[in-house]
Amino acid sequence: MNVAIDNLQLVLPGEHRALAGVTLAIGRGERLAVIGPSGAGKTSLLRVLGTALRPTAGALAIDGADPWLLPRARLRRLRSGIGTVHQSPPLPPRQRLVTAVLAGRLGAWGFWRGLASLAYPADIAGARAALARLDLDGRLFDRCDRLSGGQLQRVGVARVLYQQPALILADEPVSSLDPQLADHTVGELHREAQGRGVTLVASLHAVDLALKWFPRIVGLRDGAVAFDAPPVRVSDRMLRDLYGAESPIVPTQDNQPLERPEPKPRAAQPLCR
Amino acid sequence: MSLHPVAAPGPPRDPALWPRLGLGVAALAVLWPALEIAEFRPATLLDPKNLEVMGRFLGTFFPLVLTPEFLALVVRSTVETLALATAGIALAIGLGLPLAMMVSESLSVSRIGPARRAWLAPAVRTPLRALLIVMRSVPEIVWALLFVRAVGLGPAAGVLAIAINYAGMLGKVYFEIFEAGDTRPARAILESGGARVHAFAYGILPVAVPEIVSYSVYRWECAIRASVVMGFVGAGGLGQQMELSMRMLAGGEVATMLAAFLLLILLADTVSAVLRKALV
Amino acid sequence: MTPAAFVWQPWAVVGAFLAAAAASFAYLGVDFVALLTGESARQMAAFAAGFFPPDASPEFLARAAHGATETLAISAVGTLVATLLGTVLALPAAGRWGRPLKPLARGVLNFLRAIPELVWAVFMVLAAGLGPFAGSLALALHTGGVLGRLFAETLENAPREPAQALRDAGSGATAAFLYGTLPVVLPQFVSYALYRWEYNIRMAAVLGFVGAGGLGQMLYVALSVFKTHQAATLILALIAIVTVVDALSAWLRRFLGRSGT
Repeated sequence: MNVAIDNLQLVLPGEHRALAGVTLAIGRGERLAVIGPSGAGKTSLLRVLGTALRPTAGALAIDGADPWLLPRARLRRLRSGIGTVHQSPPLPPRQRLVTAVLAGRLGAWGFWRGLASLAYPADIAGARAALARLDLDGRLFDRCDRLSGGQLQRVGVARVLYQQPALILADEPVSSLDPQLADHTVGELHREAQGRGVTLVASLHAVDLALKWFPRIVGLRDGAVAFDAPPVRVSDRMLRDLYGAESPIVPTQDNQPLERPEPKPRAAQPLCR
Repeated sequence: MSLHPVAAPGPPRDPALWPRLGLGVAALAVLWPALEIAEFRPATLLDPKNLEVMGRFLGTFFPLVLTPEFLALVVRSTVETLALATAGIALAIGLGLPLAMMVSESLSVSRIGPARRAWLAPAVRTPLRALLIVMRSVPEIVWALLFVRAVGLGPAAGVLAIAINYAGMLGKVYFEIFEAGDTRPARAILESGGARVHAFAYGILPVAVPEIVSYSVYRWECAIRASVVMGFVGAGGLGQQMELSMRMLAGGEVATMLAAFLLLILLADTVSAVLRKALV
Repeated sequence: MTPAAFVWQPWAVVGAFLAAAAASFAYLGVDFVALLTGESARQMAAFAAGFFPPDASPEFLARAAHGATETLAISAVGTLVATLLGTVLALPAAGRWGRPLKPLARGVLNFLRAIPELVWAVFMVLAAGLGPFAGSLALALHTGGVLGRLFAETLENAPREPAQALRDAGSGATAAFLYGTLPVVLPQFVSYALYRWEYNIRMAAVLGFVGAGGLGQMLYVALSVFKTHQAATLILALIAIVTVVDALSAWLRRFLGRSGT
């Protein structure tokens, strides 16, 4: 999927101006990280891209069409091609992992298949494969409320992997994971997007993860784009300006100072692990 | 059936399959005969004969009967219902409170220390508890039917029925309130040689009063609903009049009394809600 | 709360209540003292003694067992239909089918709930004829109103995000409800329905008084023709099934509390 937004504005109830004129063009198969201080509008941007929130003003085009002008059936079809990883995954506590993951494909399944899957899971192998990529296949038949916050977050990722969308939106997908797991999880999203040639937009709190995995970095501040550049062109100064008001140091996974092999070519980074 | 993917070549089977199937089969096995026994045949609703009876009855609902004599009767019956419920609840409290005190262990002298006839306490308590269970397990309307046979038609049967049935319920709940509250003050009084009544009045009652009053008010509201229903077996009040009108298929009268009943319930609901809010 | 935190309200309520009770006794004009002492007390004792011993002849026990099964069936079917009815009405009453339907559905629920089971039973005996089906219908209508309101409250308090997330991923409204909302509210629904079932057992027994089948009908007949020994058996049967169902529904609640969806 390709996405184009032009001078996008979003005013949330309570007069809060979440997005103040964002312009971005995201090509098919592109992988993009959105970084910025909290309250910069990262979540709002992803929610607008995911057609969960209707923009107040400005243009939004997904695959060349404004989703809000589409007839219902076509909007549904479009949405079934968009998978969102939520920061705190909205999963019913008593739902089992297998059901939670399979629910990712409800948009693609017919009504009756979805109904039948409640009685007996329609695709146990598929759900297990998706969970296996996040080391959770052993918990396939556990209930969601038996999982820790970090495990739950990975279930949310597994659901989107199972959904196989053409556009993956990930809103702080690894905020409750330890650095190693966070790296692995972002890597899985990355591999999924690259393997199937689909678009990936992720908002990340940890700048080092963004710089490591994404070929394009968008810095967001006060609801507007501060910079839009490949990682090698993102300078320490740009990062300090981006986060300046929030904290003197740039947020990373374990709050270590950001170290980057500054002039080294990106080839040193293995693309596929 | 293996749960470990490493060992299993194919996908694992859902471990919930058998419990679910079992529950499903059990539900069907219970439900099917239940539907048979309950003679569940929705088609009878569309039977022309039944439709005609019902249609004629409903047709007589309008206009409502609003003649002064009939309205006076409705008002009298409504007040009687209200009085019946209030009197019944008063007796129920008078009966339930001592019963709850007697079965409450926190008021037991024998538990504090060696008392004479320590075996007596449980020997009294157990049958009293059984009595409370019987009192509340038999529905109020069954009590009403029994009392109508025992003391004749009229509100007295309703009052006694509410008194017995609600004493059973109140007794249990009061007892739970006593046990749940802080029983140390009562203990202290008992240990220093006070009488049970004193221990209750000074140690437990002050703590439990708001809850007890709140629950009793709620039960009063229930008693009003119940007393309307009990009228159907002849225990006085609005229900008795309604039953008479229904038997004569006088729809207009039924409609008027239903309206009066709904107003009464609304009033009781509101009063009870206001009172209970003021108590919390 | 300590004794020091004494408030005036409880005692005001107590005072008002005592006055109301005195007025009620005066209005009813029944001499309860005379009723419960002397000759009439002796009559009552004789009446009560007439119940013993309960009729334990095998033929009558078999009939009582049949009546008890019928009462159980009436309550189970009535509660089941009420659960379906309540769910169907709770969805619009919680505003799931749009704004205009909400007050309408609430009105229907309030109406169903306000009419007591026994009054519904009289209507249903007219509509469906004498017998247990009328009893089930009466229970279904009243309980449907009660459960519908409880279900609607549960739905309104349930988080919207799980279902919304599914809809954002292209799922249909029904599928999103089944996967996103139902697992959240189902335990509460089941617990309410079981609680009402316990209550309806007592009610199902009672509906027989107006001809809606079950133990109640037998009890009414037995008392009408002064077969008090049989009545005693029937009352014991009633207590027995109430106790059994209480235990059964407690067990079911625990079982369902453990399983997932």
